[in-house]
Parts: sequence; C-alpha cells; structure tokens
Amino acid sequence: MDSSIMSLAEMAKQIKNGQKIVVFKDCSVPMELGRTLIKQGIKDLHLVTVPTGSMLPDMLIGAGCVATVETSGVSLGEFGLAPQFGSAVKSGRINILDATCPAIYAGLQAAEKGLPFIPLRGLIGSDVLKNREDFRIIDNPFTDNDPIAVLPAIEPDVAIFHAGMADVYGNVYIARQAELKILSHAATKTFVTVEEIVNFNILEQPELAAATLSAMYVDGIALVPNGAWPLNLPGYYDYDRSSIKAYAMAAKSDNTFKTWLETQNRGPVIDSN
Amino acid sequence: MNHTTEELLIATIAEFLYGLKHIAVGVLSPIPGSAALLAKTYSDEVKKVSIIGSTKEPYRLDGGVDLFDCAGQGRVDAFFLSGGQIDGEANVNLTGIGTYPKQETRWSGAFGSAYLYFLVPRVILFREEHSRRVFVPKVDFISAPGVSAPNIYRPGGPYALVTPLCQFLFDRTKKQFLLKSIHQGHSLEEVRDNTGFGFEVPETIPTTAAPTKKILKLIREKVAPIIADPYPDFANKCWPNH
Repeated sequence: MDSSIMSLAEMAKQIKNGQKIVVFKDCSVPMELGRTLIKQGIKDLHLVTVPTGSMLPDMLIGAGCVATVETSGVSLGEFGLAPQFGSAVKSGRINILDATCPAIYAGLQAAEKGLPFIPLRGLIGSDVLKNREDFRIIDNPFTDNDPIAVLPAIEPDVAIFHAGMADVYGNVYIARQAELKILSHAATKTFVTVEEIVNFNILEQPELAAATLSAMYVDGIALVPNGAWPLNLPGYYDYDRSSIKAYAMAAKSDNTFKTWLETQNRGPVIDSN
Repeated sequence: MNHTTEELLIATIAEFLYGLKHIAVGVLSPIPGSAALLAKTYSDEVKKVSIIGSTKEPYRLDGGVDLFDCAGQGRVDAFFLSGGQIDGEANVNLTGIGTYPKQETRWSGAFGSAYLYFLVPRVILFREEHSRRVFVPKVDFISAPGVSAPNIYRPGGPYALVTPLCQFLFDRTKKQFLLKSIHQGHSLEEVRDNTGFGFEVPETIPTTAAPTKKILKLIREKVAPIIADPYPDFANKCWPNH
C-alpha cells in the first residue's frame, strides 16, 4: 500500500492559504475537493487555469478563496459567462493575469523542463502582452530582426485534479487527459481525487501505462466517487446539465450565489458504505 | 428549398474551407463547427476537422497542446474567431469593455486568439450579432491584433468576416474589410447602419448564394448528428429531428 492514499479531508488540509494552485479546464476537475476547500475557508489562492476555467474557478472566486487568477479565459461555456469571475475582476477584488491558452501550456512546460522561461510565437501587438509585466519581447538570438515573446516558467505549488482510477501503489491512470501530466510535472505537489482505487499496478499494464501518471509525481490520492460532479469525467459520467444551469443562474448575483453556496455547495448523494 | 439563417451561415463559411487539409474549431462555435464538418463531408481533400469540446473520434483533439503545436508548425489551415468587439482593422476583443483591468464589462478572456490569429493562415471571423456595439471603430482591448508590423512572424491572420447580414474579405495590405456579398433580404444601407467601421464596397454587390439542395441535405443528414455531440442545445434548436 502506498502512503499517498488519504481521505478527502486530509488532502484538503495539505492545501494552504496563498498557494499557487493549478487546475485543468473542463474535465478531470476536482469539484468535490473544491467544495471542501471552500468549506475549509481557504484564502488568497493564486489560481492557474489550464488553459481556461469554468465552474470551479468561478465558484472559488465567488466564495472569496482567490487573490489572483492566471487564465486564458473563465467561462461557463454554453451556459454563459462566468459571473463571479466577471464581477470580481470588474471590482478589482482579484488580480487578473490574462494569458492566451498556449502561453499557459508553455509556462508549465518550461517548469517541467526546469527552464526559467520559454519563447512563444504570437502575442506581439496584443494588449494581453502589454498588460503582462512578466512577459517580455527579445530578439531571436539565432537570426536577424525576429522579435519573439518570452514567458516565465509557471511553477505551481500544487496541482489538483480528478481522475478515474489510481492504484494502491500511488499511480494514477489519466486516460486521454494527457495534459494532466504537464500540470503535475510542473507543480511541486500533486493531489488527485479518483473514482476507484485498484489493487494491481497500473504501470505494469502495457495498454494503460502510457496514459498513467507515475506515483513519483503524486503526493496524495483520495477516493471520491463522483468527484467531478456536476462536471463530466470521460468514461464515467456526463455533465449534469441542470445543475450547471442552476449554478449559472445563481452565480449572476452575489445574493443568489451566497444562497447557492450555503444550500447547494455539496456533492451528489452517493452510497457511503 | 427553404433554409434557415443558420444553414445559410454554415454554407457561406464552408465556401472558405473546401480543399483545406486541417480545419480546427474552438469553443462556443457551433456554426463554424458545422461549416467545417460540411466542408469535410463535401470534399475528400479536407482530411481532418478538430473540434475543441468534441468527445468523439475523429473530431476530438489530443488536448490543447496538440492544437497549438500543430498551428505553430503550420499544420492548421483554418480556424475561427469571434469577439465581443471587432474593429475595422480586424482587431478582436474577447476580454472586455472599458479601461483594463477593472472593465465595465468583463468577458471570458483571450483564449487562444493571441496566438492562433498569428499562425493560422485562414482565420474566419464570425459573429451572429451584426451591430454597432460589436463592429466598433476601435476595440477597447486588443486580445489579438488584426495586423502586425512586417518584421513580426505572422503566417496567419484574418481572412473573412461572416455575419447574418453579409460577408467581408479582409485585405491584409490595405488593413481593411472588403464587402464580398450581402445575404438575401438585406441591403447595403442596413449593413452600413449596423457597422461602426468603414469598409470597401465593390461596384456591384452580389447577393450571397443560397445553399443548394445538396448542401442542405448534407447539413441536415450528415452534419447535424455530429455537431450534436459538442453542441446538443444548438443541434436540437436548429434540427429538432436530427
């Protein structure tokens, strides 16, 4: 047995005020862990969304858990704008570090390689670059007259995500969400909630091994069935559209959001035996 | 054969896509996504349509990194962008209205625009609302610029703009839009009244071709069931029996 298996409550306690937390966009989102962090009253997070965010960042921002959000966009997709994110940016309650999707990936990829910065095409002439003091333009050192943007590595304290399956050895099967490896490699620590924990070593299965995050990168695994609800987990369950719609409506005003948080900030009813 | 506005827009956008090898479709893009699928259904030369948000092969992407790396190498031929504001130099604003960062209206954010607009040769701009609040003289925030200085690496950029009233081509040298055609039932006056920026007008203005029977059949029978995966509400609204 790997000592990284823990309860959701133990996992949530390892995530501290002020940390830089990296989360994946719209599947593999650890919603139940997010709800637990809200209840725990976590504060001043620097949230990095890869590369965009939906309900989890909106909810954490609305609940007052976030000081800075580094993102290429926060949106509830077809359910509309992310209202709590929008009002927090407007009022200046949170710092916003606007990026563009490949810039977030590139910054994390620099971190996973142990590099201080990374170049990226595009960006020059945009107000995205203009408003990022940490983004620079340099001359391509290998050719003449080729300005190129360079971005600092993004080095999160913690990566959190939800996956289908982990094993008792601490390996996590991430299926087709290959990019979760980038988050985990870039972050100092990784905490994962899963639908099931199996007894065999996933890395010993050739068909599964390539889509598995090695235990070396994993600091905590908690068994949390339906942990991505009301978002989806490919291969397990689809979006709970009515619950997301209800959230999208409630989040439009601070009052209804507060009520939602007090009454609806819970997971689906599940068997706990 | 009668068609809906959505079907006209899908057929009109697809005209820019026939024969391209790889067409990629971003978030919140059911009409461009349908157009890309139509182009692939119609033409064998379209080898791949990638749809962000699709869970089904062969349309799903192997993650965002895959899309951006492909685009960086020149392996994406067409992409679509929209904007809360778009101006006459094809600058796109997906970020918000007012003075940044505490804007009066904050939208989602730039998404991939500040990168893909530079790298994808044919970026088709699309907006379902044709009004002066969308098509402004100058955007409040340049999420992605329409044109760049000559020394900036930029194989890609704006190619056309399609709206429910008309379609424009973008001239990257003149840095302005050229009216290509006006859709049936609309007029130049109406286009001008609802566009906040100036644009070039040809001597004779064609009417946008209506989708043929063959195209409509492909949209309804082949495209609708596929676009229903990433966009169920859109598919149910447009083709309740798909």
